Amino acid sequence: MSKEPVAVVGIGQTKHVAARRDVSIAGLVREAAQRALDDAELTWADIDAVVIGKAPDFFEGVMMPELYLADALGAVGKPMLRVHTAGSVGGSTALVAANLVAARVHGTVLTLAFEKQSESNAMWGLSLPIPFQQPLLAGAGGFFAPHVRAYMRRTGAPDTVGSLVAYKDRRNALKNPYAHLHEHDITLEKVQASPMLWDPIRYSETCPSSDGACAMVLTDRAGAARAPRPAAWMHGGAMRSEPTLFAGKDCVSPQAGKDCAADVYRQAGIADPRRDIDAVEMYVPFSWYEPMWLENLGFAEEGEGWKLTESGVTELDGDLPVNMSGGVLSTNPIGASGMIRFAEAALQVRGQAGEHQVEGARRVLGHAYGGGSQFFSMWLVGSEPPAS
Amino acid sequence: MQGAAAIREIAVVAFAQTDHRRTTDELSEVEMLMPVLHGVLEQTGLKTADIDFTCSGSSDYLAGRAFSFTLALDGVGAWPPISESHVEMDGAWALYEAWTKLLTGDADTALVYSYGKSSPGSVRDVLTRQLDPYYVAPLWPDSVALAALQAQALIDAGDTDEPALAAVAARSRTDASANSHAQVRGSVPQGDYVVRPLRTGDCPPVGDGAAAVILAAGDRARELCERPAWIRGIDHRIEAHGLGVRELTDSPSTRLAAEKAGAFERPVDTAELHAPFTAQEVVLRKALRLGDDVRVNPSGGALAANPVMAAGLIRIGEAAARIHRGESDRALAHATSGPCLQQNLVAVLEGDPR
Repeated sequence: MSKEPVAVVGIGQTKHVAARRDVSIAGLVREAAQRALDDAELTWADIDAVVIGKAPDFFEGVMMPELYLADALGAVGKPMLRVHTAGSVGGSTALVAANLVAARVHGTVLTLAFEKQSESNAMWGLSLPIPFQQPLLAGAGGFFAPHVRAYMRRTGAPDTVGSLVAYKDRRNALKNPYAHLHEHDITLEKVQASPMLWDPIRYSETCPSSDGACAMVLTDRAGAARAPRPAAWMHGGAMRSEPTLFAGKDCVSPQAGKDCAADVYRQAGIADPRRDIDAVEMYVPFSWYEPMWLENLGFAEEGEGWKLTESGVTELDGDLPVNMSGGVLSTNPIGASGMIRFAEAALQVRGQAGEHQVEGARRVLGHAYGGGSQFFSMWLVGSEPPAS
Repeated sequence: MQGAAAIREIAVVAFAQTDHRRTTDELSEVEMLMPVLHGVLEQTGLKTADIDFTCSGSSDYLAGRAFSFTLALDGVGAWPPISESHVEMDGAWALYEAWTKLLTGDADTALVYSYGKSSPGSVRDVLTRQLDPYYVAPLWPDSVALAALQAQALIDAGDTDEPALAAVAARSRTDASANSHAQVRGSVPQGDYVVRPLRTGDCPPVGDGAAAVILAAGDRARELCERPAWIRGIDHRIEAHGLGVRELTDSPSTRLAAEKAGAFERPVDTAELHAPFTAQEVVLRKALRLGDDVRVNPSGGALAANPVMAAGLIRIGEAAARIHRGESDRALAHATSGPCLQQNLVAVLEGDPR
């Protein structure tokens, strides 16, 4: 049985900021959804189902908020699904929505992910004490810093690589009107002089906390044929999970990430990702995760990822641009961050990325991860429909 | 639903649930879950590595911590890494996601599980956090009070009365006598009013529990189960959130989901309805046009055991198990979420002719 090809025909996001005090949660999600519909030149009535994702409900203090958001997202009388797979959720949500089209259950699906982090304190929301369990330290940075340190020791990468990533991503963000951080006076020296938060991760090498939403309209071949603008076509998509902690886990380059990428490449017919993929939008909440994921995703040999970063290959005008949007380092509404990666990949192959467009981007990977480096979701989108 | 979706035959081939209890202080969620995961694997003879896709449903708010579902992965045995997803919804919707995954042809088998421990907190109060956070949640209207509004609306409309509700309660607990997993069984007094017109007997027990299901496609299903419960149709719909804009004596989302699932094409012999409150069974029977000849909630339903986040999946599992045992040929299973039946899922299951 062949799957229905899935096309992205509408993309919308809010201008991500530290606090959207001017809108309710419903107002925030509707803004992104309306923009995605406008991009696709569709109305709410054209949508068959809604798939929504976000990270922990504690971030806004609303349990299963999709129930309350049904009206704002035009879902009344329609199927509505709510996905939650930790930090990878934005990507997973898009994949669940894509499956509805691929399985021919629905023709056109609205998918959306959001976080309104100003409603609470995300760092402590992630740090609730659990009896008989090792505390996660203070927020995600405390959990991931030792893994970064392990990467540095393992590869002998120079201490400065992290700051190069941050400097690049924050400059890319200046070209993206939706990015949260627009640091017009950013310099490499400023990044390197910023306070140390979780050694070796400095303040400027850390993601911000944002309010924002991202939405996409996914549709079938018939829907794509009616679309007013070029579609992004899904060539492969996969999720992989492994436990948080276990003896033998490679926290630097988790097996689940490798397996997930391999599955996507197999579906998309990618033999050599470095050669066959034009750009990557990956989930880098702490700067060092760029070289780490470059290796995990097969763009560099083990121990060599930092050399791509250091030599400028991942710059916007480099041979393999990474995080053209400015990445998670410049914008992080946690539950939406994965979908923003997926949406940026789609924007690139549609040629709609504006100032941060990579010329001639035909195949782009979108990547998200979450939990204790244990949940992965990825898709590869192309400017042309899949061959099969 | 478009025609092509019906191409692939997918069935429930195994179901397991815990003995649902008021408290399980001595068990973590993973420990509560482990026996049911092993249960469905043993029923089918499958090993973890034979499962192509895994999907679960649970709630961080019940668990009282963020990312609570990550620990459940330890119980699943996600090594080598697995293809896996999670919904912050009742497990019935996790089953729906798994069903779509099998429909694409990317997977032939799926493990679906869900769990919830209501005992650590006051679930009546916890569920108020589901309501509109600006206009309703600050008033803390609890789940029993909202269900009572619905029950009173039904009584006012002449659709039921208190003795009829008491009869639903009595029938459910009597039927639960034959269900060793049920939490409340046998003769149970209707008791005093909790919130008028609902008495203790009209309300579900509060408790902890877990359930698991295995889905399989086509011939794989026939290999794994003597009489698979084929999913002939499954659909879910949501209604407006504001109670003031809804007609609480009806459930148009249930009716629409049932239509899309093909429930009205032929009569069913059995219905497992996720009606935590007696009055909600009245609403659902009407929406689903169930006649008196349909066996409703032979398991005792949610009035006998209502582990939040699992109770909907259990309805599908119970309906499937009756087909497995040859006690039903065509069964309807229903799951609900949100205040006063806001969101509803309907599945139609059939066994091969005997």
